[in-house]
Amino acid sequence: MFKRLVIALLVIVVVGVVGLAVLAYRPALDPITPPARTSFAAELVAKGEMLAGAGYCATCHTAPGGQRYAGGYAMTTGFGTIWSTNITPDPQTGIGRWSEAAFRRALREGVARDGAHLFPVFPYQHFNQIDDADIKALYAYFMTREPAVAPARKPDMAFPLNVRALQAGWKLLYFRDGAYGPVSGNSAQWNRGAYLAEGLAHCSACHSPRNALGAEQLDAHRYTGAVVDGWYAPPLDRSNPAPVRWSEDELYAYLRHGATPLHGVAAGAMAEVVHGLGKLPDEDLRAIAVYFAGRAGAVDDAATAAALARALTASAQAAQPAGDAGARLFASACASCHYNSAPQPLTERPELGLNSAVTAADPSTLIQVILHGVGVDAGLPGVMMPGFAHSLGDEEVASLAAWLRRTRSDQPPWPDLPRTVAALRAAPTRSAATAQR
Amino acid sequence: MSQFVLNGHPVTLDIDDDTPLLWALRDALHLKGTKFGCGIGFCGACTVHVNGRAIRSCITPLGAVAGQQVTTIEGLDPDGSHPLQKAWIAVQAPQCGYCQPGQIMQAATLLKDFPDPSDADINAVMAGNLCRCMAYLRIRKAIKLAAAELKDGSSHA
Repeated sequence: MFKRLVIALLVIVVVGVVGLAVLAYRPALDPITPPARTSFAAELVAKGEMLAGAGYCATCHTAPGGQRYAGGYAMTTGFGTIWSTNITPDPQTGIGRWSEAAFRRALREGVARDGAHLFPVFPYQHFNQIDDADIKALYAYFMTREPAVAPARKPDMAFPLNVRALQAGWKLLYFRDGAYGPVSGNSAQWNRGAYLAEGLAHCSACHSPRNALGAEQLDAHRYTGAVVDGWYAPPLDRSNPAPVRWSEDELYAYLRHGATPLHGVAAGAMAEVVHGLGKLPDEDLRAIAVYFAGRAGAVDDAATAAALARALTASAQAAQPAGDAGARLFASACASCHYNSAPQPLTERPELGLNSAVTAADPSTLIQVILHGVGVDAGLPGVMMPGFAHSLGDEEVASLAAWLRRTRSDQPPWPDLPRTVAALRAAPTRSAATAQR
Repeated sequence: MSQFVLNGHPVTLDIDDDTPLLWALRDALHLKGTKFGCGIGFCGACTVHVNGRAIRSCITPLGAVAGQQVTTIEGLDPDGSHPLQKAWIAVQAPQCGYCQPGQIMQAATLLKDFPDPSDADINAVMAGNLCRCMAYLRIRKAIKLAAAELKDGSSHA
């Protein structure tokens, strides 16, 4: 009896392993002789450059201070740390021996040239939406970059999370194959926006929360905002709590200029996103704006006017700090740049009563900016804010954030502020890394 | 190694990027007009312009202004006769004078953003620039005088 049980168990294990091996198996695609740079048409390379910008490939595929696209950027996930890889055309350590078919398969299926499964930190769940022509241009662009010798770093993840074959199981659960197809009932412009936003620009990779296995949550949770790398990516749907609702014009202006007086300045990873998307022609940015304006819901002009009036009234009281420690800190350190008066706030003076960082469900972005400031290369080119990490203690940053939350938004208080400040202070900063690019 | 443009002239410094801009200005570039006050961005004495806007140089690391235009009180006007500087002299705004370079640099940004500032505008924007001599009322008067001159179409914008 016992013997039969053992045999049965063994059979199950063997079938399971063989089954996984079959499921996970992807053939290696033949290596090629690295093509000469001149074999790619200049217009194709130029198109690829624009698309690589709009996909912000460099943001993850460049280490702080490192050569562009040579990889080595550390991504901390709930499963361990993983380093981006070298996508320059170096034959040994980069993608120099990858054919266009291998490159396309990586984008579409998340499989490397040698048949190994890629981890889903590489957003192939979005890149599979990109059409063949755009992939061709991206390939031409990357194959004509300066090769860098930079071997891939092994992921620092515990067994069995580091088993690439198991990614086949993850894909079975969460990966839906298929390139973008137009959604009927929507305009060509809307579909163009959706194609870019859902594919190359992979907006949802940051702006949607993820489940316990790291997959983006779909349906009702889609685009409801999430914390990524210590910054908060706000909701891109109706649940966005910004005092002024995002209209098509506001979205377009924000993406085109990196800042608007009614919402604020792109900072953190979003600064790189607006610089990258900014390479797209106006009509593409307008299409993305149309797509997300549809998700954000109708704009109410009366509500906008009321929000504006409320924000400017609160701003006008900045010079009379009443008792509160946060109010005094604001009057001394912040009002010189953040004070506004009627009728309109100025873009260069981000109005915190309208700012997405203050109304966000999570305080990370506001705290990051107070601690580390905003660089001249962020959303508002040339305008900088110094960080107060060496000036203010955790309790002071917390009291400032709490006071802004109370006086500049109608949202509930953030819990555990001092602890969040301490954690973000201890974490490596992204702004320091981006300053080098 | 850090490079930026100071008062219209390119400068290169072999100093750590983390060094506060204020230290570089005073100790390496020997421009003593910009003053050290609190060192934590809460008094305004160290105010300079980066790309034409006031910032506190004591908490701005050198690396943050790489390649940018930095203007100090020495560079606000080639002859030291910016409308604010003339107004400052006309109303005899300073007493001890220590905070005044910072006050003037902050006031220049104030007038750029609010060309016709109300008392409330001045109070809010200038509140971060402390004056221990309590010359606040004269500072406010000087700012209004300068605003009037700028409005009358002076060459300074």
